[in-house]
Amino acid sequence: MKKGGETLNRPDNTAFTQQRLPAWQPMLSAGIVIPGFVVIGLAFIGVGVALFVTSQNIQTLERDYTGVDQSSEHNCFQCLDVKNCICALNFTLSKQFEGPVFFYYGLSNFFQNHRKYGVSRDDHQLFGDTSYFTSPDDTCSPYKYDSRNKPIVPCGSVANSMFNDTFSLYQLVGGQKKQVPFDGKGIAWWTDYNLKYKNPSKVNGSLANAFIGTVQPLNWPRPVYELDTSDPSNNGFLNQDFLVWMRRAALPDFRKLYRRITEGDYADGLPSGNYSLEINYNYPVRDFGGRKKVFFSNVSWMGGKNQFLGIAYLVIGSLCIVMSLVMLIAYAKYRFDDEDS
Amino acid sequence: MSFFGLDCVRKREREEERRLKANDRDYNLSFKYATNAIKTSKYNAITFLPLNLFEQFQRIANAYFLFLLVLQVIPAISSLSWFTTVVPLVLVLFVTAAKDAIDDINRHRSDKKVNNRKVQVLINGELRSEKWLDVQVGDIIKLENNQFVTADLLLLSSSEPLNLVYIETAELDGETNLKVKQALTVTGDMGDSVTALAAFNGEVRCEPPNNRLDRFTGTLSFAGQKYPLDNEKVLLRGCTLRNTEWCFGLVIFGGQETKLMQNCGKTTFKRTSIDRLMNQLVLCIFGFLAIMCAILAIGNYIWELEEGSKFTVFLPREEGVDAAFSSFLTFWSYVIILNTVVPISLYVSVEIIRLGNSFFIEWDRKMYYERSDTPAEARTTTLNEELGQIKYIFSDKTGTLTQNIMTFNKCSINAKSYGDVIDYSGQRLEITEDMESVDFSFNPLADPKFQFYDHSLVEAVKLENTEVHAFFRLLALCHTVMAEEKNEGDLHYQAQSPDEGALVTAARNFGFVFRSRTPESVTIVEMGTQRVYELLAILDFNNVRKRMSVIVRSPEGKLCLYCKGADTIIYERLHQSCSKLMDVTTEHLNEFAGDGLRTLALAYKDLDEAYFKEWKQRHHEASTALEDREEKLDKLSEEIEKDLMLLGATAIEDKLQDGVAHTIEQLAKADIKIWVLTGDKQETAENIGYSCNMLREEMNEVFIVAAHSPEGVQEELRKARTTMKPGAEDTFVSKTILGNTPKIVADETVSGEYGLVINGHSLAYALEPSMEVEFLRTACMCKTVICCRVTPLQKAQVVELVKRYKRAVTLAIGDGANDVSMIKAAHIGVGISGQEGMQAVLASDYSFAQFRFLQRLLLVHGRWSYLRMCKFLRYFFYKNFTFTLVHFWYAFFCGFSAQTVYNEWFITLFNLVYTALPVLGMSLFDQDVSDSWSFEYPQLYVPGQLNLYFSKTAFAKCVLHSCYCSLVLFFIPYGAMYDTVRDDGRDVADYQSFAVLAQTCLLIAVLIQLGLDMSYWTVVNHVFVWGSLTMYFVVTFTMYSNGMYLVFTASFPFIGSARNSLQQLNVWLTILLTSILCVLPVLTHRFLLIQLQPTINDRVRLKVLQAKAAPPPPRRRTRIQRTSTRRSGYAFSHTQGYGDLVTSRRYLHRPAKPRSSGFTPTGRSLVFNPTGRSAGYSPTERNQSPKQEVEATSLQMYRTRDMSF
Repeated sequence: MKKGGETLNRPDNTAFTQQRLPAWQPMLSAGIVIPGFVVIGLAFIGVGVALFVTSQNIQTLERDYTGVDQSSEHNCFQCLDVKNCICALNFTLSKQFEGPVFFYYGLSNFFQNHRKYGVSRDDHQLFGDTSYFTSPDDTCSPYKYDSRNKPIVPCGSVANSMFNDTFSLYQLVGGQKKQVPFDGKGIAWWTDYNLKYKNPSKVNGSLANAFIGTVQPLNWPRPVYELDTSDPSNNGFLNQDFLVWMRRAALPDFRKLYRRITEGDYADGLPSGNYSLEINYNYPVRDFGGRKKVFFSNVSWMGGKNQFLGIAYLVIGSLCIVMSLVMLIAYAKYRFDDEDS
Repeated sequence: MSFFGLDCVRKREREEERRLKANDRDYNLSFKYATNAIKTSKYNAITFLPLNLFEQFQRIANAYFLFLLVLQVIPAISSLSWFTTVVPLVLVLFVTAAKDAIDDINRHRSDKKVNNRKVQVLINGELRSEKWLDVQVGDIIKLENNQFVTADLLLLSSSEPLNLVYIETAELDGETNLKVKQALTVTGDMGDSVTALAAFNGEVRCEPPNNRLDRFTGTLSFAGQKYPLDNEKVLLRGCTLRNTEWCFGLVIFGGQETKLMQNCGKTTFKRTSIDRLMNQLVLCIFGFLAIMCAILAIGNYIWELEEGSKFTVFLPREEGVDAAFSSFLTFWSYVIILNTVVPISLYVSVEIIRLGNSFFIEWDRKMYYERSDTPAEARTTTLNEELGQIKYIFSDKTGTLTQNIMTFNKCSINAKSYGDVIDYSGQRLEITEDMESVDFSFNPLADPKFQFYDHSLVEAVKLENTEVHAFFRLLALCHTVMAEEKNEGDLHYQAQSPDEGALVTAARNFGFVFRSRTPESVTIVEMGTQRVYELLAILDFNNVRKRMSVIVRSPEGKLCLYCKGADTIIYERLHQSCSKLMDVTTEHLNEFAGDGLRTLALAYKDLDEAYFKEWKQRHHEASTALEDREEKLDKLSEEIEKDLMLLGATAIEDKLQDGVAHTIEQLAKADIKIWVLTGDKQETAENIGYSCNMLREEMNEVFIVAAHSPEGVQEELRKARTTMKPGAEDTFVSKTILGNTPKIVADETVSGEYGLVINGHSLAYALEPSMEVEFLRTACMCKTVICCRVTPLQKAQVVELVKRYKRAVTLAIGDGANDVSMIKAAHIGVGISGQEGMQAVLASDYSFAQFRFLQRLLLVHGRWSYLRMCKFLRYFFYKNFTFTLVHFWYAFFCGFSAQTVYNEWFITLFNLVYTALPVLGMSLFDQDVSDSWSFEYPQLYVPGQLNLYFSKTAFAKCVLHSCYCSLVLFFIPYGAMYDTVRDDGRDVADYQSFAVLAQTCLLIAVLIQLGLDMSYWTVVNHVFVWGSLTMYFVVTFTMYSNGMYLVFTASFPFIGSARNSLQQLNVWLTILLTSILCVLPVLTHRFLLIQLQPTINDRVRLKVLQAKAAPPPPRRRTRIQRTSTRRSGYAFSHTQGYGDLVTSRRYLHRPAKPRSSGFTPTGRSLVFNPTGRSAGYSPTERNQSPKQEVEATSLQMYRTRDMSF
């Protein structure tokens, strides 16, 4: 054998080049798979039970007030074709509704997740960039300019279709209507309120001046800078209801947080009794077969009420146990004979 | 590019005859012949970008993505931002362009190197050193020894007598033996006189440029005379001048028009079966994509009618868009969204994986041959996985299975056998490298490379044993070897067959040194004293005689006939007194043959002076007879070669390469069929078949097909088949006649083992369309097939035949130019490097130095590559389908509006960043079992041959699996998020949170699936998998961070969604549930499959698990001992001896000794180095015979005869 300089072309002897890197070589052996299934099964059943029980304990109250169907609880069918109509929804709580209670409105068959709907907005506008006030993004079309060719701010379908029913809740105590205070602060995401949306800088100390030359969305009764004139921190693009609406839903049936009940006598929840929800009925849904609902709900560590997750965990956990049994039988009975090669 | 091409074509059409005048540049320039500059590069700095892009977009995948990009620019359709396509496309284009650029730079470099070589050109009456690229047609150039031939030249004159030049054509056809070219006398007379050459004004008219290496026609007009020109007067570019001091040549073709360049045309682009399958699948996927989009478009139409038309309050339609138009737009929008089912990164990833595996082949130390310092080379990087699917191997013999080295191994002299090493107890020892070999220092002329281990023979020589001396004297005298002695004692033998060289070398070492010869004498040094034997006659070898004899007169005046030949032939001609010796020698011969050695019997006869004189007279008459000359000569030989006295026998080992038998055994275990296709004689081939264990004594039968008529061949084949499988009917013949498309011939199983040996003549008939199926069927039933005496064309035909009728992957392995055709024809060509020229290697896809590396290439690298590629494809399709189908399900909930589920950035980065590396890691490093286990269980190779790991069914399973997973991935988050809220009552069922949830689920689920698929977790894999997961979270949180939103306001609208949603416990519970639910059925299925239907793979892996990292038992590499009684009826490996040449006066025109003669061994092998192939076919030589005229030199005569077997 020649040595030394004759082996210039010899490949390097490293674990990498010789494909000898130490490696973990797992294999689906019975000793791992079957106990693994049992453990996963048991854990899933445990989690499932916890989820299911928690979910069961969450109290909810759901009422449809669209008014398409006649109902003894509300008179909103009167409002179907009437502008600025007020109707009332009465309900009774047989037992205390534990607080904090959240009040939601819900829409169904409303395609907030439609692509064309979803893109129909201008994030630059909403970020307070006034250069986009005069020429909104093309995606806003046809809610970009009004008929007189004035730019719409906030432009686009999303803003234009903002939900505009309003609610106030009264407890009926001895024939007296006692208003349940609603807390509308901080119902939107912190990031939306503090980062994603910004009002344009005030011009001459007035927010309204910043919007000069623009028009409000066609469906809106008043411009964006008048959404909440009482509270400057809740006005303009930073209006909590506006923020909640602008966060488009993933599915055509959705609910959105409207108010929390955390104050006063109702901080611990809604005591049992009769209630009346007064609804300022504005929002048209009948045309597209939509429904409007209200929800009262409290939450737990797993969020709102959702049976699905708990049941799914239970089912899959049980399946795991069953499969582990099947596999055990298969292993015991048909395990291949490793004697022959 | 095309401009040049067109130009060339036009010119070639125009040029029907080439006319040129020597030393007349102005005249020659008027024809605009190509100069000698070559250009193999494709681009230059300016044309690179447009040309390269143009080429890249010709690929269907790239064009498809360009099309998508165009779609995305249309606002009405654009469902995804432009960057989702642009980023991957640019990356892919960039990587490919970079690779092309590097390739082209290398080509530029090599072009430049070649173009700038210097050569002496005769310009204006003086020799000037010029660059190659400046040489023009019609120039006269001077070449010196060992220089490359600059262009295609007409040889004018040379330094050698008779205007001969010797050239090596290794670069052209791979043969290292020297060839002779001869100039016309009229030009040769000019010699090296510059004035004469400068005045030379000959005009050449010849054929236009073409690629035929073996043909040249033209005329030279000079001084009013016309001279015909043929191939013998032309030096082709690519050859090397050898053993010739100088020569002058006239440039006929330059640069691109040389035959070398015309020949290196497009190499056929090989593609693997996986490639083809992949393309089919991609087409299927396109179809699938179209169907999905159509469904969704219809869905959109219905939705627009039912819902959309009413929903216009909040989502008004654009002008002019009705439901039908909207559904049309939706179709294209979904084409964009669902395009990820045909992932652009697929092709790139496949290339990267193949490249990686090619590197692993090149890096493999176990395929590195230290002796010649040759590592394995993957010359093609696109065929790796096919190495794991080989079903048929076609192997050359000489130089591939054997080393083409003959060693004198044993001999039997006067009833005593020499050559075995016996230890003290009388046991035969196996000869190993470190055993002490016989010391030949007593003999200053001994060849130092010669090895012999039996000391008793050299003792016998020293003791002056008469028979032993006679034995070696015979070997030193009876041959046609030519000696060359450059320096005193530095002997080089030039033998036509390596066997003969080995015998003469043996005699040389044992003290009977053949030193030189003249036509009339042979000079040998016998034990130190120089003796000159008068050479009276050579009765040369041929195929019928199977023996050769010489008649010599010793210095003492004794007449003697020495004969060597095949034992059977010699035995018939022995004197009766030898019968006892015959018996013992026969025993020895049997023993030698049993060891697989090639044997010769040696005999001598003292001749009576008077009888010889009379015989010689008759011989002379016969040799000048005009009729039946051959017959008469044969008769005369027959007459004198009788009553011989037996001397003994020699045994020569046609050295197999190391580990050949073991490799063949292993490959056979892997169910790979090996066919040997050799140009050698039947006996040689059979012998090798036995010695490398392909043919075995215990085989039921070895059929030999050697008929000379089509009917005979058909009969023999049919007989063989009915013997193997009685009652098998001829179903296939009719079928193939009926159908135009070739049918696939199914494998037929036979009980018992059979072998088939077929020779070239019969093969020619067997390969005819009427009989090929019959041949194929018979051959495929046999365990071993050996085709001997086949031409290179037939080799390719056999490969093509199997390719055509068997759905099997073929591999051809060879080392010589005669293997090029089959290497190119087979799916995979392997070249043995470092033996015999480079042509085979240049044509090959893989090359390495030793046949035994084939085992590692296939069983380890091939198998792994196949496994990895299949795993990759299965996983990749799974991953992308899963990824994409979620959009499909979501469509039903978003009004078929082409709304994506995931964030656009996630779509952009999913294949490129989040999952690219883990998949690549798996596909580069995965191994089911280690290499040593792969060798231990060659059966692991079989699934590859059967296409088990990736097929249409496997693909369908992947799709089903993906459907399931995508359903889980959509509906579990859907169920979990439906109408739910955060634990602080706020929104979490919004689109952005849902997207984050769905994409996180998806990523984790596919990574878990990857983990399940991956059976070999190296550090790199861990880093890749965990790194990618980390990367996902880092990138996601970064992209959705405050800073990013503030800097690029609208680009990352998902601000905060990661934070808000991933801090929720139920989100994580959903992720856990989804990912577990995705893999549970897979786990169960796999586990049950392993239990109920374990594959060979599972079994071996279980064994490995049991062996727990302990290495497999050491392989039993015992030498295969054969107790064969088979005798090789074998004599020489060549067809016709050098006899004519030796006795030819012309060859020895000048004294042989002082100056270098025509031949120098050029190789560097150890024992004996023949400069030619024993059965040398060469594509360039085949058609020369008719051209040989009486003028031919004797050396050429030998060559022509050699070819006319």
